[in-house]
Amino acid sequence: MPLEVNGKSYETDEEGYLANITEWEPDLADAMAEADGAALGENHWEVINFLREYYEEYQIAPAVRVLTKAIGKKLGKDKGNSKYLYELFPYGPAKQACKYAGLPKPTGCV
Amino acid sequence: MSEEGTIKKLMYVNRKAPYGTIYALESLEVVLIGAAFDQQVSLAFVDDGVYQLARNQSTDGIGMKNFSPTYAALGDYDVRHIYVERESLETRGLTVEDLMPLTYEDEDDDWAEKDSLRVVDSRELAALMSEQDVVLSF
Repeated sequence: MPLEVNGKSYETDEEGYLANITEWEPDLADAMAEADGAALGENHWEVINFLREYYEEYQIAPAVRVLTKAIGKKLGKDKGNSKYLYELFPYGPAKQACKYAGLPKPTGCV
Repeated sequence: MSEEGTIKKLMYVNRKAPYGTIYALESLEVVLIGAAFDQQVSLAFVDDGVYQLARNQSTDGIGMKNFSPTYAALGDYDVRHIYVERESLETRGLTVEDLMPLTYEDEDDDWAEKDSLRVVDSRELAALMSEQDVVLSF
C-alpha cells in the first residue's frame, strides 16, 4: 500500500515498511507514526537516528537486544533498557522504530 | 531436542566466495538470527570462504548488495570466535592484513575492544570442530 506524504507517493510492503530505503525522509516517519496513532518526540528521534546510523555502518537493522545494549552505551543506562524503549515504541522497539526509520524489518526479528 | 537452557557449542563453517551463490549471505543471516538463542557460537572460514572477510569489497559491477560491513556487527551479537584457516589464506596469496578487522567489546573488562578473528592452521581447526556439539556447513 503506497504512503502519501507531501503530495508524493512512497511504495511500502504489506507490513508498511518502506520499499526503497533511499527514499526516506523525516516527514515519512511522522506520517507513519500518525497512522499508528502516535506522535514522535525528541526521544523517539534519538532512537530513529541511531538506527539509521547503525544501518549506514553495518547494512543491517540491529536485533532488539543489540539495539538496547548499544543505546545504553550511547545514550546512557536510563535509556538502554527495554522498558524505556517499549514505552517509546509499544509495537516493539526494533520493529516499529525501524519502520519509521525507513529500514527493512530487523534480521532475526521474532 | 536438547533440554531447555542447555548451551550448545555451534560452529558455522563458511566455504564459499561471498557472491555468486547465496551461501555466504544465508549463513550470516542464520548466525544473526541464531544469536538470539544464547548459544556458544563460532564461525570458521575455509577454502574460498576466506574471501567473505576480504577488506574493501565492492559489488558495483554485479548489482548485488555489499553485505561485508555486516560482519563487523557480529561482535554486537556476541559472536567472539571467528577462525580463519591459515592454509586457505596462503593458497590464495592472502594474509590476515587482507581481511577486515573484527572485534568485540568485553563488558567484563571495561568494554575493552578485543580481536574476534584468529588465524588457525587446519589441525587446530579440526580440533576446534571436534569440540563442537553442532557444525553447520555453508
